[in-house]
Amino acid sequence: MNARLYRSLYRIRRVEEEVARAYPTDAIKSPVHLSIGQEAVSVGVCEALRPTDIVFGTYRSHAMYLAKGGDLNAMVAEMYGKATGCARGKGGSMHLIDTDAGVMGTSAVVGTTIANAAGYAYALKTRRSDAVVVCFFGDGASEEGVFAETLNFASLKSLPVLFVCENNGYAIHTSQAKRQGRPDIAARAEAYGIPADRLDGSDVTGLLERTRTVLSGMRTLGGPHFFEVKTYRWREHVGPGRDFALGFRAESEAEPWVKNDPIPRLAALLPAAERAAIVQEVEAEVAAAFAFAEASPFPDPAELMIDIYQEAGNALACR
Amino acid sequence: MPSPAVKPQRQAPKAPTERTLSFVDAVREAAELEMARDPNVLVFGLDVDDPKAIQGTTRGLVEKFGPERCFGTPLSEDAMTGAAIGMALAGLRPVHVHIRMDFLLLAMNQLLNVAAKSRYMYGGRVNVPLVVRAMIGKSWGQGAQHSQGLHGMFMHVPGIKVVAPATPYDAKGCLAAAIRDDNPVLYVEHRLLHFTKGPVPEAAYTVEPGKARITRRGADVTLVGISSMQVECLRAAAYLEAIGIDAEVIDPIWLSPLDMDTICESVERTGRLIVVDTAWTNCGAAAEITAQVAERLQGIRDLRLKRMGFAPTTCPTAPNLEDLFYPNARTVAAAARDLVEERACGWLPAERADLKSIEFKGPF
Repeated sequence: MNARLYRSLYRIRRVEEEVARAYPTDAIKSPVHLSIGQEAVSVGVCEALRPTDIVFGTYRSHAMYLAKGGDLNAMVAEMYGKATGCARGKGGSMHLIDTDAGVMGTSAVVGTTIANAAGYAYALKTRRSDAVVVCFFGDGASEEGVFAETLNFASLKSLPVLFVCENNGYAIHTSQAKRQGRPDIAARAEAYGIPADRLDGSDVTGLLERTRTVLSGMRTLGGPHFFEVKTYRWREHVGPGRDFALGFRAESEAEPWVKNDPIPRLAALLPAAERAAIVQEVEAEVAAAFAFAEASPFPDPAELMIDIYQEAGNALACR
Repeated sequence: MPSPAVKPQRQAPKAPTERTLSFVDAVREAAELEMARDPNVLVFGLDVDDPKAIQGTTRGLVEKFGPERCFGTPLSEDAMTGAAIGMALAGLRPVHVHIRMDFLLLAMNQLLNVAAKSRYMYGGRVNVPLVVRAMIGKSWGQGAQHSQGLHGMFMHVPGIKVVAPATPYDAKGCLAAAIRDDNPVLYVEHRLLHFTKGPVPEAAYTVEPGKARITRRGADVTLVGISSMQVECLRAAAYLEAIGIDAEVIDPIWLSPLDMDTICESVERTGRLIVVDTAWTNCGAAAEITAQVAERLQGIRDLRLKRMGFAPTTCPTAPNLEDLFYPNARTVAAAARDLVEERACGWLPAERADLKSIEFKGPF
């Protein structure tokens, strides 16, 4: 399992480092919100999921998309605005989707997918499915009205949805302390009767084990669950760089998170040869994905006016 | 240039043996038939399962289909719209009911940022087959926050369809079409139309998107009446007939997609157009229809155009002020005569008992 977790974490980290490297060339024509530093939340949770389980995310969801099994080539091509992208070059970094992998969408408007996830979970419940929905969102989303409304509905209908609040402490450049009267987000879920855990986003193994336990209960007994996972964003809100120079947060604040980075910690647990093989495979895969994106064509001009509506007579033929 | 003309909607059947149904029962029957036809269809919203059952439009659904497929919701328009989208992404076909269109303003984020855009921004990989029923109120002091016609806002945004049926026949057929449509559809209902009755076939049928209906043939002026204003336009045509003006009346039925071919073909004949909306005229459906007619027919036909709708103010509750706020059959007729005679005639027909506007009777 350590090798699996290491591969997934290292792969996401390297993809995003490559995004950051390529970004100044302006080949990526999409606002990118990197999850560097936060990967363990997505990896720890998604590693416990089945392919038939569903995830919803945010504009900072490269990690979730990849951890859930989203197609890497299609994601990078999407950032390049290419026709081979997961949204055919019409969504960009903030609108990732891979329905085959159960990635049902990410949104650029904070909090919107929280309610979408609950609705999807309602559909699963009516079908007596034992699949679950996981919804990833940030601490800022917990301030939106839709958050409170959705917790109430999920509790009322006992929906199989796991809410995962990735609390990185900042909404753009504003700290949680400046935005929340009581910065205990899990307590708000508990107020609606939803059991909640407060978890460490550096502890990928702990996240995986806790998710497995929780999901096992949800699959048999139903009902929502809530994770507040403390984590830290290493890069700027949007873009490839660092933002400590802006002065809204001190670099010293990042130090414990960097020190606890699960990637080198897991690497140290692996035999050198196994680790080297993973690194080599991931590097080749990442390089191939960027080459694929660069070589892919831009969408045909006719694509501008395609898929505004599902046309009649093609009712169930989603692409 | 105009595209090749499409055939307008067929006339609603008028066979003497035809069953007569109220608008309310037509809506209810469409929901019931579609729920029976497709187990993925479900109906929810504030109070849909309470004893009043949304003026009766949802009566019996919970008894027949159970609380999983027909349920009242918490007072959470934003989240419930988002949940409806999630259900639709999972393959259900939700019908979300709002007893007031004004409450849609609490759901705009999900409707316009998510529902309308999902198919496009996810590269055609998902559909959002969602129907949002929303009711416009009028008369008996509905006032500022219970009377708004906001359909123009939705016509503005690609990715969501808008329909505003004016007869029981269209109420049933349009709701069925909306439910079967794979896109989000805003279904606009007018509370005053709820009281109207008309022929409605028993079997299921659809009134498909994008086709208007010519409800009265005429040569002198084209009146396009939206939602409840369709009724006022037909009454206006009767007032005009009495002074020898022959009005053509068109019901666009679907506002998005909009059947401009039928409207333009009519205005090309009459040279005169009044669009009457149950909404403000600024940037609204009336403005859009008028602008498209002007774009298409300029240089082809001399045109006289007019928009009518809410007075450019907030809806008041005092009855005398409220009367001034809305267009009605007589003010439409007066405006049409001015257009036809190309002068301010200063004419307002005396109200005829047989053409009196229906009103909501209190107490509420």
